[in-house]
Amino acid sequence: MNQPEAPFDAPWQAQLFGLTVALNEAGLFSWPDWAETFGPRVQNAPAEAYWDVWSEALIALLEARGITDMGAVEVLKTRWQEAARATPHGAPIELSASGA
Amino acid sequence: MHDHSHHGSELDEMTARVRALETILTEKGLIDPAAVDAIIDTYEHKVGPRNGAEVVARAWSDPAFADWLRKDATEAIASMGFAGRQGEHMVAVFNTPEEHNLVVCTLCSCYPWPVLGLPPAWYKTPDYRARAVRTPRAVLAEFGVSLPEDMRVRVWDSTAEVRYLVIPQRPEGSEGLDEAGLADLVTRDSMIGCGLARRPGAA
Repeated sequence: MNQPEAPFDAPWQAQLFGLTVALNEAGLFSWPDWAETFGPRVQNAPAEAYWDVWSEALIALLEARGITDMGAVEVLKTRWQEAARATPHGAPIELSASGA
Repeated sequence: MHDHSHHGSELDEMTARVRALETILTEKGLIDPAAVDAIIDTYEHKVGPRNGAEVVARAWSDPAFADWLRKDATEAIASMGFAGRQGEHMVAVFNTPEEHNLVVCTLCSCYPWPVLGLPPAWYKTPDYRARAVRTPRAVLAEFGVSLPEDMRVRVWDSTAEVRYLVIPQRPEGSEGLDEAGLADLVTRDSMIGCGLARRPGAA
């Protein structure tokens, strides 16, 4: 098993993990609910897609509970990217910087 | 009006997606960003296989504790202060001269967080998940573990409800050690079953 060891290899993965656990703790879904949503999706996914698939599963679970959907996430994602481009290096990126 | 190209920075797709999710969930009052940070800090820095090693060391040195672990691992482990998420229903499986135990989660990556921390990346790969069940001896060999021919290998499939902790066999030469010394011999891999406890003095 010549595989990497670290559980996260980018900060967003840790953040995504933290969001998921926090939502579980808040009672939004049980861990078996999570495993049922995530398991089939990750079953045949390549190892490097693990956290991408995790994010899709979380969005699907939120969609099933009427909280948000991929469309809304995509819109806000674009706003964050625009905000980043509009923010000088070294300054914290804030959503208002996009001018939206 | 902005001079974007010279001063801005690029957020990659996944970083931006997770930020978007966080923004939505925070605005809806479903999460508290400080609580999320605390969760991340716990699993990145505070919880890890040292906890499990202490459980194993106690099982080796205290037969009454080992019995408790066999009967109710969740309670026995909680008595050492290791409880919480993904450790609600623990089962301890004991290696013996006749039987070796190996743990996998074929579905995704269920793992006993309170005693082992978060799973290593290889535990989550389709390769390990599939082959640990089909050809466990070949997988063990890749980890450098070769077992006697007549030793049975038993594979435990974790679920979202039940998590397994392997109690490796106590190594020869460890007779005089106290619990702290014993815990130093217990590797993370030995508690997943894809390794053995170290012998005293071995690197």
